[in-house]
Amino acid sequence: MEIEFHSYDVLIVGAGGAGMRAALESSSRARTAVLTKLYPTRSHTGAAQGGMCAALANVEDDNWEWHTFDTVKGGDYLVDQDAAEVMCKEAIDAVLDLEKMGLPFNRTPEGRIDQRRFGGHTRQHGEAPVRRSCFAADRTGHMILQTLYQQCVKQNVDFFNEFYVLDLLITAGRASGVVAYELATGRIHVFAGKAVVLATGGFGKVFRTTSNAHTLTGDGMGIVWRKGLPLEDMEFFQFHPTGLAGLGVLLSEAARGEGGILRNKDGERFMERYAPTIKDLAPRDMVARAMANEVREGRGCGPESAYVMLDLTHLPREQIDAKLPDITEFARTYLGVEPYDEPIPVFPTAHYAMGGVPTNIAGEALFNNQDVVPGLYAAGEVACVSVHGANRLGTNSLLDINVFGRRAGFNAAVYAQSAPKLDLPDDPAAFVIHLIESMRDGAGTERVAAIRGELQATMDLNAQVYRTEGSLKQALSDIDGLKTRYANVSVQDKGKRFNTDLLEAIELGFLIELAEVLVVSALARNESRGGHFREDYATRDDVNFMRHTMAYRQLADDGSVTIRLDYKPVVQTRYRPMERKY
Amino acid sequence: MDVTLKLRRYNPEVSDEVSWETFSVVQQPTDRVLDALHTIKWDQDGTLTFRRSCAHGVCGSDAMRINGRNRLACKTLLKDVNPGKPITVEPIQGLPVLKDLVVDMEPFFAAYKSVMPFLITDGNEPTRERVQSQKDRDRFDDTTKCILCAACTTSCPVYWADGQYFGPQAIVGAHRFIFDSRDEGTAQRLEILNDNEGVWRCRTTFNCTEACPRGIEVTKAIQEVKRALIFRR
Repeated sequence: MEIEFHSYDVLIVGAGGAGMRAALESSSRARTAVLTKLYPTRSHTGAAQGGMCAALANVEDDNWEWHTFDTVKGGDYLVDQDAAEVMCKEAIDAVLDLEKMGLPFNRTPEGRIDQRRFGGHTRQHGEAPVRRSCFAADRTGHMILQTLYQQCVKQNVDFFNEFYVLDLLITAGRASGVVAYELATGRIHVFAGKAVVLATGGFGKVFRTTSNAHTLTGDGMGIVWRKGLPLEDMEFFQFHPTGLAGLGVLLSEAARGEGGILRNKDGERFMERYAPTIKDLAPRDMVARAMANEVREGRGCGPESAYVMLDLTHLPREQIDAKLPDITEFARTYLGVEPYDEPIPVFPTAHYAMGGVPTNIAGEALFNNQDVVPGLYAAGEVACVSVHGANRLGTNSLLDINVFGRRAGFNAAVYAQSAPKLDLPDDPAAFVIHLIESMRDGAGTERVAAIRGELQATMDLNAQVYRTEGSLKQALSDIDGLKTRYANVSVQDKGKRFNTDLLEAIELGFLIELAEVLVVSALARNESRGGHFREDYATRDDVNFMRHTMAYRQLADDGSVTIRLDYKPVVQTRYRPMERKY
Repeated sequence: MDVTLKLRRYNPEVSDEVSWETFSVVQQPTDRVLDALHTIKWDQDGTLTFRRSCAHGVCGSDAMRINGRNRLACKTLLKDVNPGKPITVEPIQGLPVLKDLVVDMEPFFAAYKSVMPFLITDGNEPTRERVQSQKDRDRFDDTTKCILCAACTTSCPVYWADGQYFGPQAIVGAHRFIFDSRDEGTAQRLEILNDNEGVWRCRTTFNCTEACPRGIEVTKAIQEVKRALIFRR
């Protein structure tokens, strides 16, 4: 197989918000290449809607310490508090930087950046909701993605579009490059680099009902996992309360920030029972569970009582048009519902991985509880810093990608300026060539779509908002069967050119492995915290589980793979765990 | 319901010939055209090749020509494209086809980049944000919605005929900054757009406006750029 070689100082994998923010820092300081499975503007950052929180205090009193507290409490105290402090403090400059790059934020009457309410964001440590989210209608992520891409064009950033990175190269314990498959030609490319930044996003496609793009298959996490490096807190997956019922398409929390109300079949504003103070603006894990509970107790709407309603009908039309244009269009397009006049059917949708590649606050990836892999960085959803703990607050992901994307890019470039150039491992592309050839040329009989469908079905059924030991064991046994079948998977397209059949088969391999890590991590966490809710252990257990899960892939001598779990302490600075009430 | 799709196939690894192939699938009327394409790819013919990502009309990957009109496959419901008859799907026109529904996007992005699609400012930056009234912000709101899907550019007859014209999207990209009160690069940008192959090539056929899946009034934006050129000092 033909191999092309390239050499750079910094390699960035992924071109969503985190990757491009990293590229802006790195490319002005070191020779940088950005390798991306998709054209940069196709990245799923563009689907984020509601905003990016920062305590600008443009419209009412606020400060970054309150933001930090909300982040820690929202994450059910599993947040590393040093990281949350960094994020909330740097949030202010992160927003101002974007404005200076040209991002068209909505404005106050004085012409400053406007701010609105968002779930879990409060003043005075939980006293009442605060207007903290900086936004551009309900397309803030789109504007961030476009603005960062515009700046990358301005800076002449070197993109390798539709290059699918499939392996990380490590030389003597340091990152030394990546191997990529060029989708257009089927060629293999080996990129040598002194530093590698992973910014590949999440893995929402392990679930059937998800707000995530088809392409969010956990590639970066999967690559790291196969290298024997740990994944942190993988059991914590966020289910966004308001997905379009049956479809999972995201309807921003901004709908509730602007005054939208969730109602059950009796028209009751049921969140008053679950979170008496901030009601519909409680954190996502609580709202999602409340919704699922309404449905299973028979108060759901629709012919099969399968969803609840998001009611915007009391909002002025001008407000809907100005602040929520896209999501109301989604309701019209996909459900034929007119949000001016009718409530919108909604149900929780798999949205965000709190866990991922463990990093420190410099964005450096860890290979155990404290030591870094020199030259390897991660930022954004692929990473676990951990600023989101057990449950991410709305808007904090757009913030995370900007703050930690910038840090990872800057630190990678500085590291690369002084780091030695390493030799690549012998035969660097061997693993990827074997992966591709065995899959493309294999004589299997199993269909990718069938296996993926069954994986997603068991994850939706057994590892979603409510989990038990029994349901998780069922998921694990299903995954086990699917692993065996995956070994016999077939690819119909045998060509080299734009082989998306092959691409989907490779992606499925990552999904299966990550689903297993999620379930094994969840089985061992006998408590309920944030996005991980165990009906058989319905309360938080700080004595035994105030700690991060660290999962490792163990390869035995006979070639069999097992998952070993270890734990890492949570960094606490100023906030002692309290009961989480809203 | 049973739906028939007639797809334009092309794979130069196999043959230089273009062919049309018909597939029958069972879908819900409210399914997207993208869902039907997935059913074909996943259950019938894995070699069928197209781009897609977000599947709800925000990433711009899956612009295609559906029943002769440029649309996003993920934003077009089957019930809205006359599913009683075969639905034709072919690649967007004016860009080289690489395989099936996948086109070479490089010429499109080259045009986008040629108009300096980024904020240009002089002088010192303020410590805080630049002040901009909501009215000034609203002035260019329409063109900020662009997702670079190429539906407009590849619906333009001038673009099809003239390999040099940079097409409606590039003008939309320029408009977004020309009418941003914070931007100071208007003169440079207008000079580029005043070129022989620039904004004057537009013949106001409105195909672009009709094609835009984001509802941007593309033709109006082009006219506004023309006016800015006429009235500039």
